[in-house]
Amino acid sequence: MEIALKEFADKFYKTFIQEDRWKYLTNGLKNTLTITVFAVLLGMLLGFLIAIIRSTHDKTGKLKVLNFFAKIYLTVIRGTPVVVQLLIIYFVIFASVQVDKIFAAVLAFGLNSAAYVAEIVRSGIMAVDNGQFEAGSALGLNYSQTMSYIVLPQAFKNVLPSLANEFIVLLKETSVAGYIAVQDLTKGGDTIRANTYEPFLPLIAVALIYLIIVMILTHFVTRLERRLAANDKR
Amino acid sequence: MISVEKLCKSFGELEILKGITETIDKGEKVVVIGPSGSGKSTFLRCLNLLEKPTSGKIIFNGVDITHAKEKELNHMRQKMGMVFQHFNLFPNLTIRGNITLAPVKLGLMTKDEADTKAEELLRMVGLLDKAENYPSQLSGGQKQRIAIARSLAMNPDVMLFDEPTSALDPEMVGEVLSIMKELAEEGMTMVVVTHEMGFAREVASRVMFMADGNVMEQGAPDEFFGNPKNPRLKDFLSKVL
Repeated sequence: MEIALKEFADKFYKTFIQEDRWKYLTNGLKNTLTITVFAVLLGMLLGFLIAIIRSTHDKTGKLKVLNFFAKIYLTVIRGTPVVVQLLIIYFVIFASVQVDKIFAAVLAFGLNSAAYVAEIVRSGIMAVDNGQFEAGSALGLNYSQTMSYIVLPQAFKNVLPSLANEFIVLLKETSVAGYIAVQDLTKGGDTIRANTYEPFLPLIAVALIYLIIVMILTHFVTRLERRLAANDKR
Repeated sequence: MISVEKLCKSFGELEILKGITETIDKGEKVVVIGPSGSGKSTFLRCLNLLEKPTSGKIIFNGVDITHAKEKELNHMRQKMGMVFQHFNLFPNLTIRGNITLAPVKLGLMTKDEADTKAEELLRMVGLLDKAENYPSQLSGGQKQRIAIARSLAMNPDVMLFDEPTSALDPEMVGEVLSIMKELAEEGMTMVVVTHEMGFAREVASRVMFMADGNVMEQGAPDEFFGNPKNPRLKDFLSKVL
């Protein structure tokens, strides 16, 4: 028993304390969160834009050309793995320009997320009762006024839990950022493993950190859902 | 005020309106009745072009609006209030917000003017205490009274009512009809699609019977109900009265 404890303490020391190896994890976490947050912002912005284009086309038949490109975008992004998109963006699109790896990762994950956000938001817009559009029109509001003051606020509320979920999914997806040598959380743990030849502790630590963040986020999503549900009942 | 000429409307193969020509004058209260599927709601919805006619003309205040550009159309709709069967209040806004949104965003009133107008209208429909509530906190009858107030906030020339009491519990029908009566007494031009025969008898200046996409018979309520001529109308009245 004592020997086992001693062994564990050694491994723990080697993995986290020696040569300040814990910094691989904290720096990695910092990069992971940076990429996730900015990718989410980009994804939301672009995703909303695409959703508005697509649903405007579905509702009014306008914006044919934009809708055409939006559909191609969605097909390509949702039809190829995010790792491949990441590699293409870094090694092909930015082949001849020196660009920050984190920036490339934000771009790749943001563009990827946008496709999923777009479909979430579009479903939210289409789920708003057509009577809301009619009531807006009947009052003399134009399409964009009806959209921005009446439909989008309701759609946004409908899809808020799904959007929050997309945030959680994205956080985990960024773990492939190591493919372009971004020192994210996963890569940090893997670097420790490579230095110490000790796989168990660093990888379990990485998994635990992801799990804890996801659990915290899930907790907030659940609370959000409950609050929204309560609002509907009032 | 509104005239329609040879108004036709089809949904795909289905012909809903088969060439209706009618004129609605200022101050008239036209009540449209008829069996379901007769095209009465479609007729009403064509008047403010929520439905685009397949052929025919809609003329509002002397202007042919059938093929109006979106901007003119929106401008025209500001003058045509509409009340829906399912209220269609905006659930994301308070009652005050529901009433003031359009006048303010369209630049017709300042926020303060719209607030004053909203309070005046809420007093009229007896719901001043609900100004800060949300639609989901209201009963069906209250929602419809708010929907009427919301339309009136635009100072419309004419009010269109699309089965305003059909989605209500029976005990709430009265409160909505009495507001519509009040409105009629104030001289508002109204077109009402309804199944409320009592309302038609009491308030209408003209009752119109529609069936199979045509206007089969119309007239002043006394003559219309007392001495119906069209067999379809006789049959219909025998079922509903």
